[in-house]
Amino acid sequence: MTDLIDLTLTQLVKKIKSKDISSKDITSIYIERSKSSKKLNTYVEETFDEALENSKRFDASPDFQKKLPGIPLAVKDLFCTKNVKTTASSKILENFVPTYESTVTQNLWNSGAILLGKLNCDEFAMGSSNETSHFGNVISPIDDNLVPGGSSGGSASALAAKLTPATIGTDTGGSIRQPASFTGTVGLKPTYGSCSRYGIVAFASSLDQAGPMTRDVEDCALLLEVISSFDPKDSTSIDFKRPHYYSELNKNIKGKKIGIPKEYRVEDMPDEIEKLWEKGKEYLKDCGAEIIDISLPHTNYALPAYYIVAPAEASSNLARYDGVKYGFRVEGENLIDMYEKTRSQGFGDEVKRRIMIGTYVLSSGYYDAYYLKAQKVRKLIKNDFDDAFNKVDAILTPSTPSSAFKVGEKTDDPVSMYLNDIFTVPVNLAGLPGISIPAGLDKNNYPLGLQLIGKPFDEQGILDIAYSMEEKINFKFKTNDWWIK
Amino acid sequence: MRKDEYLIEKNGNKYEVVIGLEVHAQVLSESKLFSNSATKFGSEPNTQVSLVDAAFPGMLPVINEYCIRQAIKTGIGLNAKINKKSIFDRKNYFYADLPQGYQISQYKNPIVGEGSVILDLLSGPKTIGIERLHLEQDAGKSIHDIDPGSTLVDLNRSGVALMEIVSKPDLRSPEEVNLYIKKLRSIMRYLGTCDGNMEEGSLRADVNVSVRKVGNDKLGTRCEIKNVNSIKFMQMAIEYEANRQAELLEEGGLVDQETRLFDTKKNQTRSMRSKEDAHDYRYFPDPDLLPLEFNDEFIENVKKEIPELPDQKKNRFIEKFKLSPYEATILVSDLETSKYFEKVIKNSDVKLSANWITGELFALLNEKNVEINKSPVSPENLSKLINLISDGTISGKIAKTVFVEMSNGNMDPKQIVIDKGLKQQSNPKELEKIIEKVISENPKNIEKYKSGKDKLFGFFVGEVMKASSGKANPKLVNDILKKKL
Repeated sequence: MTDLIDLTLTQLVKKIKSKDISSKDITSIYIERSKSSKKLNTYVEETFDEALENSKRFDASPDFQKKLPGIPLAVKDLFCTKNVKTTASSKILENFVPTYESTVTQNLWNSGAILLGKLNCDEFAMGSSNETSHFGNVISPIDDNLVPGGSSGGSASALAAKLTPATIGTDTGGSIRQPASFTGTVGLKPTYGSCSRYGIVAFASSLDQAGPMTRDVEDCALLLEVISSFDPKDSTSIDFKRPHYYSELNKNIKGKKIGIPKEYRVEDMPDEIEKLWEKGKEYLKDCGAEIIDISLPHTNYALPAYYIVAPAEASSNLARYDGVKYGFRVEGENLIDMYEKTRSQGFGDEVKRRIMIGTYVLSSGYYDAYYLKAQKVRKLIKNDFDDAFNKVDAILTPSTPSSAFKVGEKTDDPVSMYLNDIFTVPVNLAGLPGISIPAGLDKNNYPLGLQLIGKPFDEQGILDIAYSMEEKINFKFKTNDWWIK
Repeated sequence: MRKDEYLIEKNGNKYEVVIGLEVHAQVLSESKLFSNSATKFGSEPNTQVSLVDAAFPGMLPVINEYCIRQAIKTGIGLNAKINKKSIFDRKNYFYADLPQGYQISQYKNPIVGEGSVILDLLSGPKTIGIERLHLEQDAGKSIHDIDPGSTLVDLNRSGVALMEIVSKPDLRSPEEVNLYIKKLRSIMRYLGTCDGNMEEGSLRADVNVSVRKVGNDKLGTRCEIKNVNSIKFMQMAIEYEANRQAELLEEGGLVDQETRLFDTKKNQTRSMRSKEDAHDYRYFPDPDLLPLEFNDEFIENVKKEIPELPDQKKNRFIEKFKLSPYEATILVSDLETSKYFEKVIKNSDVKLSANWITGELFALLNEKNVEINKSPVSPENLSKLINLISDGTISGKIAKTVFVEMSNGNMDPKQIVIDKGLKQQSNPKELEKIIEKVISENPKNIEKYKSGKDKLFGFFVGEVMKASSGKANPKLVNDILKKKL
C-alpha cells in the first residue's frame, strides 16, 4: 500500500493503463490517507464518497486513452467546481456552491481525473503561508508547526504528504512556486494566457495563472499538458500551439544558455541558499549548459510594484462580494449598512488590508503616483527580461530568500511576509513561465527550491532544463508520516 | 434677432443658456456587451441573466463583436474619428443593481472620438460638435415599490450595451435639444444601431446646463441633470434649471457645480449630490479585457454596411426631386417615412406625393396614432390615388373623400372611384348642359355679375360643382363658365 502511495503521477497512470491497479483501489488509498491526515488541515471540502463512486464508474468502463485515467486529484479551493462548495477559503463564500466548472478543472475531468476534494489556501489566495484562511492554517508535513507556504499551501501540503498524487494551484505572485519550494515539490506557473482563468476566483486578474504542483518534473509536464488550453471564455487566454509537454520532455539541454541575474543576490540571504544556487549552476554545466551572468536592473522595484498592482485589481475584483447576490450576508439597517457589516465580517484582515491598499492606490489624486507608476515599473521589468532573453534561454534563481518558517512567525509583520515573494513576483509581473524544483535542504532539513524562468510560452524549455537538473540534484526527502497517529 | 434665439431674461439682463448632452443609447443587439444573454425588452425579471451578468466568482467578460461594429457604425454616422485602439476601464462603485461592484466602461480611450451632427434650424443649419462616443454596460434595475420591506433587483438590463454619446456644449435652447435628440435618433435608426425608443429607456440623457450673460464668452458653472428619459422632460428641466441659475446669479449668488434630478411631478430640478460628494470611481483599465484593437480593413468592412444617411438623403431629395429643404427635411427625418415616400414616387408625381404624405397622410397617422410602417393606406394605393389626380380622373377635392374611404380598409382607390361613381366629369358637352342649367336658374345673379360683381364667379363655380355632386372637372368648369358669362 505504501508502495502505491509513493508512485508518481506518471507511474500511477502507467499502472492503471496496464490494469495493475484499478481507479477504485488507488482512490481508496488516497481517501484513507487523507482521512488520517486531518492534522495538516489541508482539505476544506472532501468529496470522498463521490470520488469513490466515480472511480467505480471509471473501472466499469475504463478509457485508457485518457491522460489521467481514473486518477484521484484534490485541487485548490480557488477553482470553481460544479455542485461542490467553492470558498476561496473565505467566510464570505463559506456556503457558495457553483453551478459551473472552471475550465482548468474541467480539463482535468475530461482527461479522466476524479475530484477528491478542495484544498485549503490563503483567503482569496492572499498570503504566503496559508495562515489567512478562514478555515485555519495549514501545517506542512515537513515539520510540525511549520507553514507550507502560500497561497497554495493546502495544495503543497497535501501533495508533499501524499494525500493526492498531484494537484493544481494558482500563482499570482509566487503562490505555486513558493509553497512548492517550502515542501520539496515541483510547482510551475505557466505563461500568462496559457491556462484559462475562467471559473477561478479572481485575485489579481492580470497576474493570476493556474499551474501544476507535482512530485517531479515528468508529472509536472503531464499535468501542464492537461490543463493548458486556449479558452474563448477568457479574453486574456492566448491561442498558441501548445507542445505535448510530457511526450516532448527531454534532457538534452546541451548548449542552452542560462542567465544568472546579479540582482537576485539579496542582502540577508542565507549562505545555504547562495550555495544551493552555486550548486545549481554546476549541475547545469554538467548537463552541458552555459552559464551567463546577466542583469535585471529593475528587480528591486518589482515587489513594491506588485503590492500596488495586485491589491488595486483585488480591491475591484472583490467588490462583487457584497452580500446581495450570493454568499455570506449580514442584514443591516440599509444597503450601506448591510455592505459594511457583510464585508467587515466576511473578509479576514489580510484581505481587508489589500482592499484598502488597492482602493487607496486607485483613488483620484493618488492614481498617477501609485497605480500608473507601478504599471510603468511593470513595463520596465518586462523589458529587463526581454533584454535578458536576447542573451539567454532561461534564468536560474533561488525560489525564495529563505526556507519555510514557523506558524505565526511572520503574521504580525506583513512586509516581511511579502518579502518572501521577492524572487517569484517579477515573473508574474512579466507574465513569464517559472518553475520551482526542490534542490536541497537547509540546516533544519527543510527543503529549498531553485527557480527557472523561461521565455514567454517556453514552458517546454524550462521543463527540459528542470528535468535535467532533477536527475543531477537527485533530491530525496522522505517524510516519516509524523502527523498520522 | 435670429428666430431661433432663446434667452432668459431677469431684471432686464439677458442670459444665454449653454447645454451639453450625454446621451445613453442602447445598442441594438440580440445579446449583451460582454455575455450572450438576450436583451429583449419587457421580459420577466431576471430571465435574461447569465453568470457573467450576475458577477459570479470566476466569471469573465468576453466582448461582443457585434456591439463593437454597431459603435463604429454610429461613429461613422456622426462623422467621427474611429479610434483603432480603445480601452475598457472599470468604473468602481457599490450599488445593489451593479453586481460586479464596477461598471465596465471606457474612460480615457473611447472607441469613437470627435464628430458632429447638423441641425436644421429655422435660421439655417447649425453644427453641434460631438466630443466622443464610448461603449459601456448598463446596470440592473432596483425596484423599491413592490415589497415594502426590501428592494428587489432585476438584472435583465445588467450588462446590456450602451453607447454614451457626449456632445460639446454647443446647444443653446430646449428646441435645439429637441432637434439634436431627434437627429441623433434618426441617424441611429437609419444605421440600425439603436431603436431610439425612449419609452423603453433605449435612449436617455444626462443634461448639462449653465447660463451666462449675453456677450460673456466664459462658460458658467454647470449643473448636470441626471437620467432624463423624454425630450419633453429634457426641455422642461432645461427651462427650469436655466431660470433657477439665472435667478441665483441675479440675486448675487453662485451656481454650485452639482448633480441634480428632475422631478417630473413637480416639474423642478433638485440637488442630488454636490461636487464634494461626487463619487471617486477609481477608474482603471479592466485587466480581464485586452485593449480593443482593429485595423483599417475592419473599419472599411463596417463602412460597407452604412446606408444612405438622413443628410445625404435630404440633399438627394432636394437635388433630384426639386423638393424644398423644408419638405426634404420632414421626409427624411424618419427612415420609414423616407422609405414610404420613395415607394410612392416610383410611379407618381413627386410634388403631389410630398404634399399628400406631409399633409393628409401625416394627419391620418396622427389621428390614428400609428407609425408610418403601419399606415392604413399603403404606399402603393396612395400612389394610385395620386395618379388618379394627375390624369384628371378625379379632382383633388374628391381625392380627399377617396382617401378617407381608403383609410378605413386600404382599399384600391380606383375601385372606390368606380363603386362610388366619383369619376370626374370632363365631357365639355355634359358640363355645358349643367352650366346652362345653373345660369338659367340664377338670372338675378347673372345680372349682378354682368354689372361688375366679379366675385360672383365663384358662386357659379360652386353651383356647378354642387349640381355635379363635386365631380365636375374644375378647370373645364372655369373655362366654360368664362365663355358663357
